[in-house]
Amino acid sequence: MSKRTAATPFALWMGIFTVVPMAIVLWFAFTDETGAFTTANIAKIWQFAGTYVDSIWMGALATVICLVLAYPVALSISRKSEHMQRTMVMIVMLPMWMNFLLRTYAWMTLLENNGLINQFLRTIGVIGPDATLSMINTDGAVVLGMVYNFLPFMILPLYSVMAKMDHRIIEAAQDLGCNSWQVFRRVILPLSAPGIVSGVTMVFVPAVSTFVISKLLGGSKYMMIGDVIETMFVGDGCDYNVGAALSLVLMVLMLICMSLMRKVDNGEDELGGMMT
Amino acid sequence: MKTLSRIYNFLIFGFLYAPIVVLIAYSFNDSKNRVEWGGFTFDWYKELFNNELIIDSLWLTLQIAVLAAVVATVIGTMAAVGIYSMNGRLKTLMMGINNIPMVNPEIVTGISMMLMFVAIYRATGLLQPGFATLLISHITFCIPYVVLQVMPKLRQMNRHTYEAALDLGCRPFPAFFKVVLPEIMPGVITGAMMAFTMSLDDFVISYFNSGASAQNLSVTIYSMTKKPVTPEINALSTLLFGTVLILLVAVNVRQVRDLNKQKERR
Repeated sequence: MSKRTAATPFALWMGIFTVVPMAIVLWFAFTDETGAFTTANIAKIWQFAGTYVDSIWMGALATVICLVLAYPVALSISRKSEHMQRTMVMIVMLPMWMNFLLRTYAWMTLLENNGLINQFLRTIGVIGPDATLSMINTDGAVVLGMVYNFLPFMILPLYSVMAKMDHRIIEAAQDLGCNSWQVFRRVILPLSAPGIVSGVTMVFVPAVSTFVISKLLGGSKYMMIGDVIETMFVGDGCDYNVGAALSLVLMVLMLICMSLMRKVDNGEDELGGMMT
Repeated sequence: MKTLSRIYNFLIFGFLYAPIVVLIAYSFNDSKNRVEWGGFTFDWYKELFNNELIIDSLWLTLQIAVLAAVVATVIGTMAAVGIYSMNGRLKTLMMGINNIPMVNPEIVTGISMMLMFVAIYRATGLLQPGFATLLISHITFCIPYVVLQVMPKLRQMNRHTYEAALDLGCRPFPAFFKVVLPEIMPGVITGAMMAFTMSLDDFVISYFNSGASAQNLSVTIYSMTKKPVTPEINALSTLLFGTVLILLVAVNVRQVRDLNKQKERR
């Protein structure tokens, strides 16, 4: 008996519950209710082209904001003492252990027309006593929700790559006459590229495919592709076949995005620094 | 520059914690209204423990998380050992399959399993959406985390110790438990913990794979946020957050103590 047989339960389980379901999605996408072959579902996807574009745009925006916000934080954590690093990483991870629906729901309390932010602005007189800064149910609120929920997924992989960086290289660059900008541009940024790639992947995929954040913070109109897919599978008026076709496209889009990212990274480690 | 970066970090951490502070503060708010402050009260905590829906789904969530973590850890650890001994294409194939749930958008993983359960139910009448489907889906998305945690530990291990055990007359099974398992244990434990927390917090996959009979906490919370929400949810989140905080601090203190001990020994 070879050691390989230890992987048999895994192969069976994942085969039945991951590979077969993928095949079923494919099958549903290319059949109608009676099970006959059709491309009608795929043809219907064009109706949702605008939604795909919107979702990708909002996901990309949230990803870029996350990257810009996270980079300085990760860099400064990686330069602290070992003990301080542990504490700060814990501070970043702690919010993730609170149910993400609850955290998103808390933003509703903050952003509402009568919410805390508006009350605060009225109290300090930035806006008039009866005026309202409308924030909830806007695209901005949805992007904010994404940035909020996925920011730790950007900070952590960036940090773990930066923490492993060899400081002597940075010192060498300084000795050789680089100013701080050149050190950053020529040494730190290229060395942190694997962290950027895994961070971007870990934020972009869930951001584009979310349906909860857009539903809670974006109001009842469906704006993201995740919302459309959800309505195809839950409740009245669901259509598994069109839903499967939409999911298939989403899956393919994500694969394309990720292989592009891999190319940038030259594909070294599978899921980057996060998995250390 | 230093103060600037300190202020910046402070702002970002403030952003991360603002909603949590709001939730905690409003769990003590003596007013049904979500934004008005009506004084201090413990009422929501009392009502929380009388809310059967929440308590039942909390219990179910814990059951699912423990079962999913245990099963996923066993299958995942065995898988890592098996895959590690493979070569070439077979290994690539197995790791590829392992990565499917990790790179797929969660909603796609969720609906793909849902479609399969629906197909099985229609054909055989088995696996009606409920506890079993929820558990199966959780085990499935937990396994890859365990494999990815155990794999690096196997790579770090010295292959020859296992062979030495065999040469010295140990049979493969006892040799695995006596030599290999203790070496990879840190990875197994981290994997199990990740599986447990992932299962505890999951919403999207549970949403598509839990029937009316078996809703975990996230799904229950989601159905509550659709209506005007009662502050019991705030009380619940405060308690959950407090529990996690205490656990994490305890783990951290223990790790620091272990590190200090190791230093002393040196």
